[in-house]
Amino acid sequence: MSNAVSALQGVSSAGFATVTEAGLRGMITLRGDHNAASLRQAVTDIVGVDMPEVRRCTRAGERAAAWMSPDELLIMVPYADAPDVVARLSAALEGMHGLAVNMSDARAVFMVEGTAEGSAREVLAKLAPVDMSRAAFTQGMFRRTRLAQAAVAFGAVGDDAFELICFRSEAQYVFDLLSMSAKSGSQVGVF
Amino acid sequence: MSTRLSTGGRLLDKTKQVTFQFNGRRLRGLQGDTLASALLANDQMLMGRSFKYHRPRGVVASGAEEPNGLVNLGRGGTFEPNARVTTTELFDGLTAESQNHWPSLDFDVGVLNNYASRFMPAGFYYKTFMAPAPAWKHLFEPLIRRAAGLGKAPKDRDADRYEHFYAFVDVLVIGGGIAGLQGARAAGQAGAKVMLVEQTAHWGGRAPVDGVEIDGQPADAWVKNTLQQLENMDNVTIRSRTMGAGVYDHGYALAYERLTDHAPAQDIPRHRLWRIRAGQIITATGAIERPLAFAGNDIPGVMLASAVRDYAVNFAVSPGDRTVVVTNNDDAYRTAITLKQAGLEIPVILDARPNGGGALADQARALGVRVENGKAIASVKGGKRVTAVDICAQAGEGSVLETIDCDAVAMSGGWSPVVHLWSHCGGKLLWDEGEAHFRPNPDAAPKGAQGQDFVITAGIASGAMDSAAVLADATQAGKTAAVRMGHIAPDMAAPKADAEEPAPLLPVWKMPQGAGYKLRSKMWLDFQNDVKVSDVQLAAQEGYESVEHTKRYTTIGMATDQGKLSNINGLAILADSLNEAIPAVGTTTFRPPYTPISMGSIGGDASGDLFQPVNQTPLHQWGSDNGAYWEPVGHWRRAYCYQRDGETVEQAVHREVLATRNSLGLLDASTLGKIIVKGPDAGKFLDMMYTNMMSNLKQGKCRYGLMCTENGFLTDDGVVARIDEDTWLCHTTTGGAARIHAHMEEWLQTEWWDWKVYTVNATEQYGQIAVVGPNARAVLEKLGGMDVSKEALGFMEWKEGQIGGFDARVFRISFSGELSFEIAVPASQTRAFWDALHAAGAEFDATAYGTEALHILRAEKGFIMIGDETDGTIIPQDLGLHWALSKKKDDYLGKRAQQRIHMTDPDRWQLVGLETTDGSTLPDGAYAVAEGVNANGQRNTQGRVTSTYHSPTLGKGIAMGLVWNGPERMGEVINFPMLDGTSKTAKIVSPVFYDPEGKKQNV
Repeated sequence: MSNAVSALQGVSSAGFATVTEAGLRGMITLRGDHNAASLRQAVTDIVGVDMPEVRRCTRAGERAAAWMSPDELLIMVPYADAPDVVARLSAALEGMHGLAVNMSDARAVFMVEGTAEGSAREVLAKLAPVDMSRAAFTQGMFRRTRLAQAAVAFGAVGDDAFELICFRSEAQYVFDLLSMSAKSGSQVGVF
Repeated sequence: MSTRLSTGGRLLDKTKQVTFQFNGRRLRGLQGDTLASALLANDQMLMGRSFKYHRPRGVVASGAEEPNGLVNLGRGGTFEPNARVTTTELFDGLTAESQNHWPSLDFDVGVLNNYASRFMPAGFYYKTFMAPAPAWKHLFEPLIRRAAGLGKAPKDRDADRYEHFYAFVDVLVIGGGIAGLQGARAAGQAGAKVMLVEQTAHWGGRAPVDGVEIDGQPADAWVKNTLQQLENMDNVTIRSRTMGAGVYDHGYALAYERLTDHAPAQDIPRHRLWRIRAGQIITATGAIERPLAFAGNDIPGVMLASAVRDYAVNFAVSPGDRTVVVTNNDDAYRTAITLKQAGLEIPVILDARPNGGGALADQARALGVRVENGKAIASVKGGKRVTAVDICAQAGEGSVLETIDCDAVAMSGGWSPVVHLWSHCGGKLLWDEGEAHFRPNPDAAPKGAQGQDFVITAGIASGAMDSAAVLADATQAGKTAAVRMGHIAPDMAAPKADAEEPAPLLPVWKMPQGAGYKLRSKMWLDFQNDVKVSDVQLAAQEGYESVEHTKRYTTIGMATDQGKLSNINGLAILADSLNEAIPAVGTTTFRPPYTPISMGSIGGDASGDLFQPVNQTPLHQWGSDNGAYWEPVGHWRRAYCYQRDGETVEQAVHREVLATRNSLGLLDASTLGKIIVKGPDAGKFLDMMYTNMMSNLKQGKCRYGLMCTENGFLTDDGVVARIDEDTWLCHTTTGGAARIHAHMEEWLQTEWWDWKVYTVNATEQYGQIAVVGPNARAVLEKLGGMDVSKEALGFMEWKEGQIGGFDARVFRISFSGELSFEIAVPASQTRAFWDALHAAGAEFDATAYGTEALHILRAEKGFIMIGDETDGTIIPQDLGLHWALSKKKDDYLGKRAQQRIHMTDPDRWQLVGLETTDGSTLPDGAYAVAEGVNANGQRNTQGRVTSTYHSPTLGKGIAMGLVWNGPERMGEVINFPMLDGTSKTAKIVSPVFYDPEGKKQNV
């Protein structure tokens, strides 16, 4: 895997919040009936996390499962583990209507973190039509939405730290948007 | 003279001088001034020229309603036209120029229109510039454009940046006067999440100017105290310099924050557009004073009484030493009292009411001011400045009783609640006879998704006319909003203020009431657009009964102030002319934004590099480093060609085509859509999506397929590969990936929801590289790995394995007619794989080729391209693709539509090749003409060019086109007229120009 590089190779910017490309991440699109016992068990046994509730993400170490739609989950694992996890999930879903596919390379991942100067929540609230207040967007939440004109998903991984996923081809646009919105001096001061 | 007073100026910091420029003159103002107050302090009463007659105009108001004081602000990248002087805060280095004057503000040639004004009544343009039709475009319009118009259009790119912000609140309070503050306090104390916005830099609205006392303290102190309380509440956000711009469905509202207009700074967004979702919206938007219509009411020095008071109290500016006050209500007496107390002269107060005013009138008289009841202004004297007024009886026709010298006139026609935001989303209005204004009808509020009321008015915006009523109304509004959001109303009494019992207002729509035509034609209703009482009356006389029609005919209310001062007066005149009651005539529609907002704020961050997302493939950087000449394909950037030193685009394209035909070409095909379709019903599903059979495709095989819309038209094409028993991989066109994925999901979710099929758009998971040319196999064998021999991997087969150590899925498909392998590798390794191919292919002159070479290669082979040969009106049968239309299947999307009469019409144009007789290249889109002319007298046509290139392989122009009865007319020569009057002739040939037997790809 020495040849594998993430879209922006770890680029970062610092404003009132920091924006960092998080590098390669194993990501698996898992489609199937969320109520099916075999799927639920596959998530807990193979991924090692609880089945997520609507608009939430469950995590255990570097592994996570995020709710994407009524019949879709996003499974996150270390990049190198993805092919093996896909194979195991596919085997576990044998006999039921389901689909597990490795999408690790289709995406880019960014971390947006607040600093003493300002909140990461404001960076996102400038770009996404989502209530980013602490009361509304709590840790463990995960949303599919848009960032200006790009489709993204993001979740709160700390009080003021967010993990954001976008299409690999739009990584540069998303990075530029986040960096621009995080520029010092443009804090809004509401969160 | 207008001048700075020694006392007053509650908003000024008199210790800080500010210098600015107006029409090239350096002037001084004070910190806290608006541009309007600073100009007045410098005796610059003349600020602009009117739109139509170029009459001299001075400032008439002190806030957002100002129609006259408009300037071009700034220079170059920060230039902005039509900036209102009353809402422009002064800063050091501000530069402003007055508008609509030539050659200068003081001497303007366009003012000749003024003397011709009796020849330019309402509808003048419509009546005069009617015929002949071409004269409008070539003569009249250019003439009018030069003569009329306000600010100049900016010429430079906007140097500033802008942003949006999404906010979610229980209660949005718009307006930071005492009503808004109190409403926010009540809602905030109930525990609701509140946002309070105020368009100016200051809180408290008019109350401090009007000397209101609240809970026994001056308004200023109460405002400060209340603001402090709000700032201490965690659940309340307050923003000044933020205007509530519009109220929309479902509690959506826009607020326009001006961050740096008052203190230009780099790198901070200039404006921020707040996109707010509010459960309840309280509009505490105040009221606007109405002008009075008397002859000469537009002469500089005639101002709203409240504005005169604002300038004196807030900015220590007097519009003149001698100010005549003219009114139909008690409020204007405050202006007289204020000026008198500041030591200025009030020669007379003209009160149009026969019985005059109440307590305030008594107070004015006690100060020694002469008050004349039942009197009016017959006309104002003066040109660029008021010099005197002629006085008459309001009840009469305007016989002059007396002339009084003065240098300013303060007028008041009563107050109209600002109902704009209430009305944006459907709130209805009531006509209040007593106050002669429209006010919100609380029983007909804007409704939310559940049918619930979601806008509440507060204060004078509700029609509460004194401070006691304002505060009671606002307290209730705040409580109601909070309760509607599920909170419990706080036990909070309204703050105390004195109730007033003014003498009743007398509606005065023109002055004097019996004024003849001569006076009426000098009574301005709309100052900016030069609409007079006589114009509205003429419109009525000519049959314009609807207020909306009259608005457009006369242009009343169509200026940048959107009739904030003129609308009520205008429709009262219209109602009078039509002999209708005012509410029967009604208002024009209130539309957002409340005052103009910058285009930049609407665009937000979407400018420059962030204008639109650009999708980049994993090889984008390589392209940038290697001379890629980019073209947009959907949101992708694809290399049209890769230019080497000194090469033209055309030379690069030709080199790439020949290198591919002769040895080895490499194409970044990563943008091709890749949709995985899996499930027990996937085969059945794909048989419906594609015109040909996909369910019987064998594992390990590929098949080219066509997709049509339900109307039968070709919408996409691509190669489908069978992955395993219940999994297929569908390739789409570059622009089609998201669209086709959505198309599939729509059918699955709405029509065949019970079919067991899952789709995933895996386009970006893989980079895909086409390895093309006679040496394609050789370079792959050199890299080593899986067997790619003809026997192991036949044409239209695919295999998974490793090449050069990379995990790869290899498809033996060809869009060029050459031996070709399309190789998908994980996106994060695509660049490394591409580099490996170049390294291994160096001995074969491996050449990266772009989309234009791709197009030429496919056109030489007669392969169609979605978007070239198709345009949304083309069916597969037009393109000779009958072979791809399954006859075995009962149905597929489009099958039924393709059986309609028009689709089976033998006269539909058909795909053929076109070869010019002289070897030149036909222009794209050229039409072939036929005999005769059509019903419109145009030449009949019999075909058109859909793709056309110079083929470097064949050394001549080749084209494809759709031609009437084309396939039957092989060898026939048809004629294509060119734009320059010449024409080209082309022979109808087979669309396959190169290697018709397919020998080259099948090796």
